[in-house]
Amino acid sequence: MTASIATGQTILVVGGGISGMTAALEAAECGKQVILVEKTPTLGGRTAQLYRYFPKMCHPTCGLEINLRRLKGNPNVRVMTLTEVTAVAGSRGNYAVTLKVAPRHVTENCTACGDCGKAVTSEIADAYNYGLGKVKAAYLPHAMAYPQRYVIDPSIAGTAEGEAAKAACKYGAVDLGMQEETVQLNVGAVVWATGWRPYDANKIQPYGYDRYANVITSVEFERLADPHGPTGGKILRPGDGKEAKNIAFIQCAGSRDENHLRHCSRICCMASLKQTQYVREAWGDEGKSTIYYIDIRAIDRFEDFYQMVQKDATVSFVKSKVARIAENKDNGNPVLHGVDTEGYHRYATEHDLVVLAVGMEPEVTGVKLPDDIILDSSNFIEGSRDGGMIGAGAASSPLDVNRAVQSATAASLRAIQVIHKNAATENA
Amino acid sequence: MSDLNTQAVARYKNNFLREVEERVEEGDMVKMCMQCGVCAGSCPLGPHWQHSPQKIFMMIRAGKREEVLTSDSMWMCTSCYNCIVRCPRQLPITHIMHGLANYAHRLGIAPKGQPTREFAKTFWNNLIKKGRVNELTLTLAHYFANGIGPGIQIALNMQKIGLGMVLAGRLNPMEIFGGHSVKDLNGFHAVLAKAKEIEDRKKGFSA
Repeated sequence: MTASIATGQTILVVGGGISGMTAALEAAECGKQVILVEKTPTLGGRTAQLYRYFPKMCHPTCGLEINLRRLKGNPNVRVMTLTEVTAVAGSRGNYAVTLKVAPRHVTENCTACGDCGKAVTSEIADAYNYGLGKVKAAYLPHAMAYPQRYVIDPSIAGTAEGEAAKAACKYGAVDLGMQEETVQLNVGAVVWATGWRPYDANKIQPYGYDRYANVITSVEFERLADPHGPTGGKILRPGDGKEAKNIAFIQCAGSRDENHLRHCSRICCMASLKQTQYVREAWGDEGKSTIYYIDIRAIDRFEDFYQMVQKDATVSFVKSKVARIAENKDNGNPVLHGVDTEGYHRYATEHDLVVLAVGMEPEVTGVKLPDDIILDSSNFIEGSRDGGMIGAGAASSPLDVNRAVQSATAASLRAIQVIHKNAATENA
Repeated sequence: MSDLNTQAVARYKNNFLREVEERVEEGDMVKMCMQCGVCAGSCPLGPHWQHSPQKIFMMIRAGKREEVLTSDSMWMCTSCYNCIVRCPRQLPITHIMHGLANYAHRLGIAPKGQPTREFAKTFWNNLIKKGRVNELTLTLAHYFANGIGPGIQIALNMQKIGLGMVLAGRLNPMEIFGGHSVKDLNGFHAVLAKAKEIEDRKKGFSA
């Protein structure tokens, strides 16, 4: 398929989130050939699932839009979605890569008109909203999806519903016979921008994420606040749809914990500080946010954001790692139990909703990576010893968007160096 | 104040943390505490004792020797291990609490008349006599710990259970006359003496 364009001069970027897009674009704009592979049907990754960025509180759509424009205008990048890397052989400058491409069942003729979605009735969990809502089994992943093409879920591909979707398409873009493909490529360098995933909150037993409907994660809260989210941007708690005005944020939910993630995930303090401002935005002075923390790590230059939030009368801080959460059976309110460190006062405090600021776990945790890739003790990718494979963005360290972009740019430069050396030897 | 205590004060002066590190079981882990408070909130007996583990650890670092060693807190620990399971830094909190209790006891400054401490003493004294716990004398000693009147009252209350255990062959009334011992009682006592000698040497107790 694409094997003809791929050579030892090509850079493979694994992962199409903000880091992967950045790494691919920086190299492509230097004139390098890049193949950008993404496991899901769209680029954008977890960045596209944020409501706002800290500290400027602007919307991620803006930054994504710029990158998508760069991408559309650059012939050096080949984007492959629904594609996973299954094997990497070889060494610096000369890798043989095997890719697995899952069927989208929709061809490039798609105009994203949405007629197939209307023709289909069955629904699947909405991955874009972390499963908080449902989407039709023929769907556009989200408004900013790139490529702007629908996806037919494999669950209906061979059914009457699949046929109905096909019949509804005016452009003949539905291809139910599409099969999984295997592609072989040769590349000179590999940038691993495989990103992160929220730590599985079910594993934090005392917090009852698995038992209490009104205990949610920070990424889910992000979707609740977003107008494109399942509640249309209203902060309604999942248990009973009640307006959640008194919200607790629990820091280090899974991070800095020998029983869970050993590392500090770095972004969660800022994420919760940011989310208190969603509460203010939604309810004004009626809203109430309480942050339970061990210590606030507003990294780098973010201290002023922290101070701004501290001045907000609707936000209070309790220096304590919550020991456990129970539920008030009468009203479904979570009750937080613990002892604070500033005076050792025992508390049992009720809130409408609890948001667990879950840690960042590398997406590759549990995945078999090429043997020569070096991981740190938390499974973040450092790269290969010979420098031919490079970790980038949140795959390499827990990073916010800003720092992920910096990291990806640096990784891109290293990949370019590999290609240059390769070119020098090939020409010699 | 016991000689051991005076010696310890002279030896460590104001550095109570070092004293704990050297002389208390797992005491060197105390400095790893990051004061998150999960242990305090997880303790089922938390509301009923003077100082939570979190607070004890901070007090150790603050050099509050007297208050720590005379606290009733470490005697209230029931070894449920909830704190160890949840501690994000995997501190062996239960072990440290027992280590502190043991150390305070050794120095002779543990709280007098504290019920769990009294029972621990009764249990230990019963155990070392014959190398095994004599259930009958241990139970009776426990019943009568608060005096004759309450002792008789508890014994009467427990009469049915006691009788049932005798009939089921789980309790031998003849054990009241001293009871049977382990096979090599002298050997057992030698083991204890040796263990004490090693512990004293390791922890720097000068006899």
